[in-house]
Amino acid sequence: MQIDPIEQFEIKNFLPIATLRGHEISFTNSALFMLITVAGVSLLMIGASASRAVVPGRLQSVAELSYEFVANTVRSSAGNEGMKFFPFVFTLFMFVLFANIIGLIPFSFTVTSQLIVTVALALTVFLTVVIYGFWHNGLHFFNLFVPKGVPKLILPMIVFIEVLSFLSRPVSHSVRLFANMLAGHITLQVFAGFIIMLASAGVLGWLGATLPFIMVVLLTALELLVAFLQAYVFAILTCIYLNDAIHPGH
Amino acid sequence: MSDGAREDGDHGKARTEEAALSARLQRLNERLARDRAGRSSESPGEDRATTASGYARGFRLSSELVAGVLVGAGLGWLIDRLLGISPWGLIVFLLLGFAAGVLNVMRSAGVVPRNAFDDGAARDKDT
Repeated sequence: MQIDPIEQFEIKNFLPIATLRGHEISFTNSALFMLITVAGVSLLMIGASASRAVVPGRLQSVAELSYEFVANTVRSSAGNEGMKFFPFVFTLFMFVLFANIIGLIPFSFTVTSQLIVTVALALTVFLTVVIYGFWHNGLHFFNLFVPKGVPKLILPMIVFIEVLSFLSRPVSHSVRLFANMLAGHITLQVFAGFIIMLASAGVLGWLGATLPFIMVVLLTALELLVAFLQAYVFAILTCIYLNDAIHPGH
Repeated sequence: MSDGAREDGDHGKARTEEAALSARLQRLNERLARDRAGRSSESPGEDRATTASGYARGFRLSSELVAGVLVGAGLGWLIDRLLGISPWGLIVFLLLGFAAGVLNVMRSAGVVPRNAFDDGAARDKDT
């Protein structure tokens, strides 16, 4: 019995909607799980804040904790001025977190393991930084690329390097989340495949299969940590980039 | 007479309670003020992200380097295509991209502070 570890990332078309210049536009499993993610976040936040108790219940505590957590992240990375971007960062954090955790449920689909999704998120952040940076600072935004106190001789080279470093941000921002989720899920699938391969080899195989089984249990715990950590890293990097847009004269 | 005495006692009790409450409120205010001050003076940085976990940190640093090199190579290739100066654009921008990647890594590792050049200039002036 052969198990393809990549099969879980396959996009399946559920409902063709239209074709645009030869490109098919349809409702896929990816779209379905994005909807589920958004619905999950909305349900949690709306349901938790419905009672508006002074002494929060369990659900409300979760919502308040996540608010406090993201608010503290934004404040510590982008300052109090960064709080105007709080809704944006909170949305990104909750979306990535829920997508990662829902992806851990067996037979579900991990939205964030698709490069195009993480690239779209990272480009949203990047464009926000660029547009807000120019709107807020005007041409002073270019100060970001011109460090002070550099000898004139090597300044052009430094500026090029700074620009490249700036342009590489969305790449590393998106690839990090995508690669983490992809690698984690492939590892899980491979170890789960070992269980089935060994178990089909008789009694001795059953005994041997306990080893990869223990690994899978441990890896699932690790993946849960990674799911949270990557959402957090995504949010904090967003804050750091936004901080550059707010105070470009670094 | 006895009523008056009890009333007096109640008043006294109420007063001490009020005093205790206001003292507690004041202490709370002071603590909040201290917390706020600590919060605002906290320098914007990525210390918390980098100390989060070694695994995440390693992944982060490697992706920073790879991203720099990839963007440099991509830009160089594009410039080659547009200007027809192959392979010079690729060579120059690949090297610049590598430098940018190293800069990214050093920045996110906290080796170089974000305003490293300011510090360097200050030090140059001193010497």
